[in-house]
Amino acid sequence: MSLTDLLNSNYVEWMNADNGPETDIVISSRIRLARNLSLMPFPHLLDDDSGPKVLSEIKEAWSKNIDKYADFQLITFDQLPSLDREILVEKHLISPEHGKSDKNFQGLLVNNNGSIAIMINEEDHLRLQCILPGLQIEQCYALAQKFDDQLEEYLDFAFDERRGYLTSCPTNVGTGMRASVMLHLPALSITGHTNHIFQNLGQLGMTVRGLYGENSEMLGNFFQLSNQVTLGQAEEDILNNLTIIVTQIIEQERLMRSKLVGETKLQLEDRVGRAYGILTNAKIMTSSEALKHLSDVRLGVDMKILSNIKPFALNQLVVALKPAHLQKVTGQEMGAMDRDILRAGVIKKKIVKNREV
Amino acid sequence: MYCEECKAKPAVVHFTQNIQGKKTEVHLCEDCAAKKGAILFDLDNKFSLPNLLGSLLGYNYNVKGMQQTGSDISCPNCNRSFNDIRHSGKIGCSECYSAFEQELESTLRRIHGNSRHVGRIPLRGGENVLLKRKVEEYKQKLQLAVVDEKYEKAAELRDQIKKLEKDLD
Repeated sequence: MSLTDLLNSNYVEWMNADNGPETDIVISSRIRLARNLSLMPFPHLLDDDSGPKVLSEIKEAWSKNIDKYADFQLITFDQLPSLDREILVEKHLISPEHGKSDKNFQGLLVNNNGSIAIMINEEDHLRLQCILPGLQIEQCYALAQKFDDQLEEYLDFAFDERRGYLTSCPTNVGTGMRASVMLHLPALSITGHTNHIFQNLGQLGMTVRGLYGENSEMLGNFFQLSNQVTLGQAEEDILNNLTIIVTQIIEQERLMRSKLVGETKLQLEDRVGRAYGILTNAKIMTSSEALKHLSDVRLGVDMKILSNIKPFALNQLVVALKPAHLQKVTGQEMGAMDRDILRAGVIKKKIVKNREV
Repeated sequence: MYCEECKAKPAVVHFTQNIQGKKTEVHLCEDCAAKKGAILFDLDNKFSLPNLLGSLLGYNYNVKGMQQTGSDISCPNCNRSFNDIRHSGKIGCSECYSAFEQELESTLRRIHGNSRHVGRIPLRGGENVLLKRKVEEYKQKLQLAVVDEKYEKAAELRDQIKKLEKDLD
């Protein structure tokens, strides 16, 4: 797959709701490992001399593993316009922070279906991400571990017996691992239960964020749950804790969904029907309005109120309606109003097409 | 309202302290706040992560009369001083962790509630760490065995520890 294919593709593995368990509630699972090269200055101190050195060490390790990385490509960000970097952010292949990087030693090593993405010289020299659809935290970790081992064969990772994997920010030191689960919790949100549930997460070493990680808003009833603590807990314990909590939240969401259907069926059908009506008829739509209605439609699909719309298509839509993806369609920069008009069209087309199939 | 510390000047600094879930309101006058090292942020980027981290690292923003503590030591590898790290909230390189080991100890405890890694070890160069962990584990088992008066088991463990320690040398 070429870079153009990757940027134009509307498929990234995590979107494929048919390929994972619990995808009615868990959109995706993600593991991110932060790794640094020993002795090299951390990325925020890299200059035109040391930066390329770090990149070439990583490149070399990659080329020695080339048979294992057959379906990977390496992209450096000096070759990539900012719109294309933004596309990668919206597909969840790089962080919003990395989207702003444009140095010749910053980049991405990514496989064809986007399940493995290794950010180069973001906050750390390497940030290895594995992202899969549904509740697959363990599988993500197994994959991430595999690539961690392969890279480590040729790279000297900064590691200290007492502090673990050393990172540029002290909040990541230790395991260097952030495990996250993206949840869609419409029933708990509608009934006002999310605050209560998320209130005590801090005490368990967990945190909750929005769709695009740190500082992003919680739109469309999407919540990203992840571990906060990386030091003093083994990876397995962190993963277990997260899985236990997520399983409980899934249970609560299911309970609340069946309550909604049982006690307020008509209101729920009305809500879903209205959202569907707006999405298939509106001519101008902001991103936050679209996410709100898509959340209701998704709930309608999960509760079998709406048929013939696939969660997979809804996942694709959530990405396709973002600004960079819309601008990629027209191939030019667009103002907010033009985007809102195009967005309404894209959503309508996708939903109507999906229902006909 | 008067300052809780000196009880003489009006309180102008108000904040809520949250220590392990226990919240207490604190009201101080400007001078006492400065003395106590209360964290006053500048308005432009008061809650940015580097600033918050910087304050966790012991850096105090805009506090009158606060002496910057910390020595003039720099990291021998990247030349960053601990004050640089405080300002940016970011570590300079892998060697900074040993150069500023003491300074970072309390910071890591504050962030993670812990300062010691117990997770994964690199395959390469990690053998010794694994051995050391095993020795620690056996030593604990040995103590338990002695307490339980299982002397045969204890002797076995003692031999295993000796053997592992030999491998470590």
